[in-house]
Parts: sequence; C-alpha cells; structure tokens
Amino acid sequence: MVAENTSSPISITLRVWRQAGPKQPGKFVDYQSANLNPNMSFLEMLDVVNDELTTKGEEPIAFAHDCREGICGTCSATINGKPHGPGVGIATCQVYMRSFRDGDIVTVEPFRARPFPVIKDLITDRSAFDQIQQAGGFITARAGSAPDANATPIPKGDADLAMDAATCIGCGACVAACKNASAMLFVAAKVSHLGLLPQGQAERDRRVLSMVQKMDELGFGNCTNFYECSAACPKLISHDFIARMNRDYLKAVIRSGLSPESVSVGGSA
Amino acid sequence: MNFVGSLFRSSIGRKILMAITGLILIGFVIGHLVGNLQVFQDPDHINGYAQFLRQLGPLLWVARIVLLVCVVIHIWAATVLTLENKAARGPEPYAVKHTIRATLASRTMRLTGYVVLAFVLYHLAHFTWGAAQKDTFKDNLKHYTMQHEYRFAGFPVVNAGTEVDDVHSMVILGFQNAVVSGFYIVAVGLLSFHLLHGFDSMFQTLGVRSSRWSAGLRTVALAFCLVYFVGNLAIPGAVLLGKLQPRTASVAAAQR
Repeated sequence: MVAENTSSPISITLRVWRQAGPKQPGKFVDYQSANLNPNMSFLEMLDVVNDELTTKGEEPIAFAHDCREGICGTCSATINGKPHGPGVGIATCQVYMRSFRDGDIVTVEPFRARPFPVIKDLITDRSAFDQIQQAGGFITARAGSAPDANATPIPKGDADLAMDAATCIGCGACVAACKNASAMLFVAAKVSHLGLLPQGQAERDRRVLSMVQKMDELGFGNCTNFYECSAACPKLISHDFIARMNRDYLKAVIRSGLSPESVSVGGSA
Repeated sequence: MNFVGSLFRSSIGRKILMAITGLILIGFVIGHLVGNLQVFQDPDHINGYAQFLRQLGPLLWVARIVLLVCVVIHIWAATVLTLENKAARGPEPYAVKHTIRATLASRTMRLTGYVVLAFVLYHLAHFTWGAAQKDTFKDNLKHYTMQHEYRFAGFPVVNAGTEVDDVHSMVILGFQNAVVSGFYIVAVGLLSFHLLHGFDSMFQTLGVRSSRWSAGLRTVALAFCLVYFVGNLAIPGAVLLGKLQPRTASVAAAQR
C-alpha cells in the first residue's frame, strides 16, 4: 500500500460520500485529482480538491480537522474502509499521499455509527463521547492551591499504564473500526486512566457503572473481541484496557449489589 | 442496581453471561468427549458408563437442566447482543468493507453457532431421544450383559452381569452411515472453530486476559481446539475406516 518515498506527482480518483445535511440522503461522488505532490498530507489534498470545487462554484467537501498534527482527535474520515486510512497509529491528518499509488481509487466515508450521525459529508456528530465522559469520566479533586508534587505516591508502572490510557484523543476511530460500532475501547481508556490512579479511587465503581450505562443508552454496539478498535486507534491504545474495564465492571456490580451500606440516618434536613 | 439484573440488562453483563455459560458448556463438551472415547475400549466401558449416568437419576436431570439453561442463556445473549450490534452501525453501511486483524473464527461465530445448534438437536434426536435412525437406537437393540464391573473414579458403580443398553453398538451402527458421520465431522470441526474464538474471548470478557500472556493463551486455545477436534473425529473416523466394529451378538441380530 505504502508507496516508495518519491517526488513524482500522482493522480487519484477520489470517491467521496456527499451528504448535504443530517436528514438528507447521501451518495458517493467521484472527483479526479491530478498532479498531486506525493508528500502532501491527505487533508492538504482535500484542501486542493476543495479549492478546485470552489473555483468551479461547487460546494466544497466538508471534513472535520483542527490541529493537523495527530493530537486533537478532530479529523475522522474512513479511507478505503479503515478509519484514519492506511498506516498504523496515526490520525487522518498524518496520512500522506505517498501512501497511495498513481491511478488509485480512494474511497472516503464518514465514521459510520448510529450514535455518530452525519452532520454533513464527512463530518459526524461525536458528542455521544462527551455524554459518556460527563456520566463519570472525572474525579472529585480538592480545589485550592496546587498540591505538593510528590504528596501522592504512584508506582511508575501504574503511572505509565494510566498514561497509555490517557493518550486517547476521543476521535471515535475505535467505534468506526468496530464491526459492531462498539465504544468499549474509548470507555475502557477513560475508565482505566482514572481507575489506575489513587485520585480516581473514590468514584471508581460509580464511574464504570455510569459510563457503561450511558454507553449502552446511546446505542453503541457490544464488544465481540475482534480487536479491530485497538488496531485502528491512532494512539494504539491496547484492548487490554477493555479486559480491565470488564473486570472493574464485574467487581463494581458485585459491590454495588452486595456490599454493606451504612444504616446511619440523619442529615438531609 | 440489582446484581443479577445488571448482568442481564447491561452490555458487559450479557457478555459475562456469554462467557460463564460458554465456560460451563466447554466443560461439558470436554467431559462428554472423554466419556465417549471409552468406545475404543471393551464394550463394558462405554455401556457401563452409560448405565452409570442413567443411575444418577435426579442428579442427571440437574445436570441436564443446568446445561439447558446455559444453552438458552448463551443463545439469548448472543441474539440480543447481535441485534444491538446490527442496529449500532446506523442507517448507512460502509461501502468498503475492510478487516484489519479480526480472525476468521471471530467473524463467523454466528454462522458456526447455527451449525452447532442444528448439530446438537440432531445429536440428541439420534442418541438420546431415538427420533433419528430409530432402528439402531439403544431401545431397539438387544441388551448387553456386563462382563466385568464398571468403576467410576475408582468406585464400582455397575456390577458384572447387569443387563444394560448397548450404547457401544448404537454408536458404531449409527456412524456406519457416512452422511451422518460426515455431518458429525463437519459440525464438530465448526464447533472446534467456534471454541477457538470462544475460549480466548472468555478470558478477555472475564477481564483476566492481558497482552503479556495473550500469545500463550492463543496457543493453548489452538492446541485445545485441535485436540478436541481430533478426539471427536476419531470416533466416526474409526467407524468409517472399519477399525471399530460392533462386537456383540445382539448387533448381528439387529443388523439382520
């Protein structure tokens, strides 16, 4: 798939999903894009195509993008069936045209999932992830002056593992790549990065229960252990976190149902 | 939230039910195979074993009900989860279908599951209910007289001289039908394939799998499935090749 590093220009046929709005029917439209510098990024190629469309008085292709350096999680196209296109551990903005061969037909679709409705063309509404975060992806922290740097000891291994989970940029590629449109990798990353740290312990059970409940409510699918999610993840977050979340969930369910509760009454006047 | 309710209502809960019922069913198929491989020994063994299982009486029914409940929950959870998965993709499917690394076994779980279900029903009709291949069903074969006592886990459970069903002949006569044996071999092959993903998945769902030992787990799953398939293949294979012959006089009578 990945071409030799070259400077000879290439031409491709771009087959893009065009959809004017959320309720409008969509369809694929082919655009010839000739004389492309192979070292331009995929999004720059879309910019070039959009320039040409604008000049011709046509509607440019709407696509989501922001930082263009793989850290914001905004860009989101599915290129030739793979979210974020060819390559491993990168976002769409980090795909270069040298990954394609001269004469290729490149199919570009939005991320497909019921909880990610299409807004326009390649742009989807991924606010379902925000709702899952709001359900429990936070900690209760002491406000005020900054705490002493080493006041809370954290084993290096735990800190590193928590950081691996925290690299999630919330792009939604896991959902898009999953054959079942499951959000388990995203939720697992968010549950684990706080659950691994001492600061996250107070809400640990409540967090996993609430976030999973919200994920289910929003209509995401269920994990069947295909591990497509972690392969498509631009941060290569491991599906080991899904196992960790399953374990956390089972423990939380047992504790919430069976562990003793205080019988003290009072307050809440 | 109620503990049992969470297992039945939530996505992860249903997956945990899939894993636990799958674990029980894997345990059953291992025991079932080990019991059946006694067909290669003297007819006293498998016939005594079958008689021993019958003698369990109510305990046998407890086991049967547990297995039936497991099968029902396993199929129910699979159905509910699959319908949700289909709905979750949304109104428009991908135009380009691309698989990065999902294994063939994992992507065919539903199809292999259908074949296994059809096989289990035929298998019960064949050897338990006597609805299929009636003329070689144990009720229609002459009783077998135990030559020696049968011991289970060191305890004598069936005495010598007891008149028992001739399961040994039933199995061999049943598998002499090449179509039945062929279906059986294909079905256990697909069951082994189903277990290849199921065995591995169970550890992930129950939250004990990690990439530090997942390669080893994968190897163990593959070895288990191969051994399980070869063990199951051995019985109809040996019958078809004529290596296993019915050995009692009752059979000669039945064949006439």
